[in-house]
Amino acid sequence: MFILLLSFLAVAAILPALAKYLGRRVFYVAAGVPAAACVWGVWAYGKITVSGPINEQAVWVPQLGLTLGLRFYGFAFLMLSLVAGIGVLVFVYSASYFHGEPIIGRFAATLLLFSGSMLGLVLADNLLALFLFWELTSISSYLLISIEDEKVAARSGALQALLITGMGGLAMLGGFVLLGEAAGTYSMSELLSKPPSGSVVTAALVLVLIGAFTKSAQVPFHSWLPRAMNAPTPVSSYLHSATMVTAGVYLVARFTPAFAEYSIWRPLVIFFGLSSMLIGAYRSLRQHDLKLLLAYGTISQLGLMMLLFGVGTKESIFAGCTLLLAHGIFKAALFMLVGIIDHQTHTRDIRVLGGLGAQWPVVAVTAGVVAASMAGIPPLFGFLAKEEALAAVGETGFAWGAVVVAGVVVGSMLTVAYSARFLWGAFGPQQVQIVRDQDYVGEHAPQPAKMFVAPVILLAGLSILFGLLPSLINPVVSSAYESLVGSTSEHHLALWHGFTQALALSALVVIAGGTLFWQRERVESIQDSMPRLPSAQHVYDRTVKGLLVTADAVTGFVQHGSLPIYLGIILLTMIVLPGVPLLSDGVMPTVWLADSPMQVFVGFIMIVCACAAAVARRRFAAVLLVGAVGYGMAALFVIQGAPDLAITQLLIETLGVAVFVLAFRHLPADFPRPKLPRTQFLRIAIAVLSGLFIFGFTLFAIGAKTGPTISGEYLDKAYSEGGGRNVVNVIVVDFRGFDTLGEIVVLAVAALGVAAIVRAKKPPTAVEEELHNAKVES
Amino acid sequence: MTQRRSVILDLCVQAEFHTLLLLSLYLLLSGHNQPGGGFAGGLVASCAFGLRFVAGGQEALSRSVPIPATTFLGVGMLFALVTGSISLAAGHEFMESSIIAADLVVLGSVKTSSVLFFDMGVYLVVLGMSLLLLEQLGAADGKDSDEGQP
Repeated sequence: MFILLLSFLAVAAILPALAKYLGRRVFYVAAGVPAAACVWGVWAYGKITVSGPINEQAVWVPQLGLTLGLRFYGFAFLMLSLVAGIGVLVFVYSASYFHGEPIIGRFAATLLLFSGSMLGLVLADNLLALFLFWELTSISSYLLISIEDEKVAARSGALQALLITGMGGLAMLGGFVLLGEAAGTYSMSELLSKPPSGSVVTAALVLVLIGAFTKSAQVPFHSWLPRAMNAPTPVSSYLHSATMVTAGVYLVARFTPAFAEYSIWRPLVIFFGLSSMLIGAYRSLRQHDLKLLLAYGTISQLGLMMLLFGVGTKESIFAGCTLLLAHGIFKAALFMLVGIIDHQTHTRDIRVLGGLGAQWPVVAVTAGVVAASMAGIPPLFGFLAKEEALAAVGETGFAWGAVVVAGVVVGSMLTVAYSARFLWGAFGPQQVQIVRDQDYVGEHAPQPAKMFVAPVILLAGLSILFGLLPSLINPVVSSAYESLVGSTSEHHLALWHGFTQALALSALVVIAGGTLFWQRERVESIQDSMPRLPSAQHVYDRTVKGLLVTADAVTGFVQHGSLPIYLGIILLTMIVLPGVPLLSDGVMPTVWLADSPMQVFVGFIMIVCACAAAVARRRFAAVLLVGAVGYGMAALFVIQGAPDLAITQLLIETLGVAVFVLAFRHLPADFPRPKLPRTQFLRIAIAVLSGLFIFGFTLFAIGAKTGPTISGEYLDKAYSEGGGRNVVNVIVVDFRGFDTLGEIVVLAVAALGVAAIVRAKKPPTAVEEELHNAKVES
Repeated sequence: MTQRRSVILDLCVQAEFHTLLLLSLYLLLSGHNQPGGGFAGGLVASCAFGLRFVAGGQEALSRSVPIPATTFLGVGMLFALVTGSISLAAGHEFMESSIIAADLVVLGSVKTSSVLFFDMGVYLVVLGMSLLLLEQLGAADGKDSDEGQP
């Protein structure tokens, strides 16, 4: 399994280079990897039906005791066949969608990484590994949505997806850590077989659900999914059917058997699932863009899946697995169809499209099949899934079961209506002549290439095949169900279960949905007259804007840009923080005047210079006086017998004065006279206090030496281990070399900072001016 | 500034410029056993270039160092980091030193430590910093060169 996942990474690494030679045929190379995953999956599936789940372990971070566990079992096979199977088709489809644009190498590589991270997500057994792959899908989807990075909408849509799913991912990580600590293990299979309990677990489950809801675009976090429509259609097709959004559903499916009886789990999942199903379907009916129509449809379908897994009865989990497969198949096909239409006619607006049905009969029939599968029309696979779902929610036995049934039925009616809207809008006659000077777009649309349509026909064929012969797909669904629930299922998928409640509901749904579509103009006018609630997009925009405004205000408050205030705060902190404990706990040091008369002499000169510097009017005089103090310091070092320090001090002072003089060219010669006497007093107070503090601190530091000195050891080892007779230098570059490394980093950064500040004050050059103007105009 | 260039200063600087650079290298190389080291050496070299700048302004400075100051910074950091990492690659701790002894044919035997290369990094960073400051702070002198000139 590790080799399988690594092969995604390895092939993705060489794809950009290959794309230069192969052009769009590079997608066929990329398709080989998920194809290999499919083959491996079928082989491994044969193994697990005989001998149970396959586990693989690898040491990940031994210092933290982390192991990376992968696990292959029935439900993972269902997910793998979705991820890898649809992955192959998406790559084949992409080869016709693109025309050798320069981005295809990057695109194919990122898409393969996306596919690989989703596969890793469904195979991971360790909670932290799952989180890692979860975030990888977020990042790779960000890169995919913004792949056409010159488009503003693509970039902001990608950012929105990343922010929302990233926020959810962080919440989920918190939940995982709480769960892992409560259970004492981060292995999912162990944790779910012996679920922990307690109030911590309640909080953890809420956090995990936030992660799942954001990822699966559930209300109220759904706004990123319609915005992600700015991605190229192959991405949308893959993202909506098999990857990314199904991750949240996958997580809920895995957790449900262990936590369904937990008080908050069921109500939360059912409430948000049902809301998403209804709101998604309702909003889908308002869309004119085929892609947006499908995107809201996905929110709705994901809501139904969430609800089914959240209900957590045996029947509903079985129905959820079926719907997961059926939805993957028809949704991938539907998006591919939109991509074909967009590619051939350069529009996705159903008000402009018209006459495509007559133009492309094969495509239209295929579209009819998959749209009918989405609507749940017999004898298609979607019908089986919808029938299972209706039966499952009808048998829950909950006190509020009737509400759920009613919600699902209404949601399904809307689904039928928007499926019909999709089909009619794309392939029916043109509806409203809004764009007058434009012909029916469909009439002259060129035929799509055979390889472009082939993946769609294959998916439509599967929808029919699994609908007519459910026994073909039954083992896959059953083994997925068994691996989740832990017991074998007596249930079988079938086209005909007899005259049941579910069948009656199905009939009702189709008839009512058909009526909704038939009366679509009336429905639209009712929808238009509804009061407009603030949309999730609006809330998102407000939140982001509010965040930026707050950050701006905080920065403006903390970083006011006044040098005296910065300096004052730094000095006061220096005085107060170490000064207070020093005064309360410090031992009074012994004070002596000097070791030699020379020290007294030099010290006197230094004090005089320092005082003169403090009262100097002219900047230049002040700097020279400060330099003189430094030279005095160097003289003290010489007296103490430290030539190294003296040399360095002398050089530093010389260079320091030179740099000061350079800086003073930009300033007036005199210090400005303070305007307010009160601030003048404050400045003097801070300055005097700082001086006293440094004086006292140095005294205490000398007096506070309690342990034996380490200088003896340095002296002994300087030559034997450091190989040098100059102990100071050996200390600087060898014994304390790490400190020196840090210091030179600081030096380099400070120098660059000064350069940046000086440059910022310079007037812009002509070229920079031009660039700036161009930016402002655009 | 070019018009008010002092010939005496110019000549003096030209005379001592190379001597100072040589001194800085001497300090760098001998630093392990005698007073000096990369820091002091770098500062002496900086002073040499500072004198160049004082005497001849921006042009003289850029003529004497054709390499941008940031390159010195970068190469210096690289030197320091690579020296530290070599011992890591050899299986020792980061920045663990080892003594190098070599017999040069004419000059006799030489013994030093691998930290000399680290010290070279320090030398280059210090020099790069000073050059950058001279370049940046001195660059705007075109319009107000008559003010505050020592």
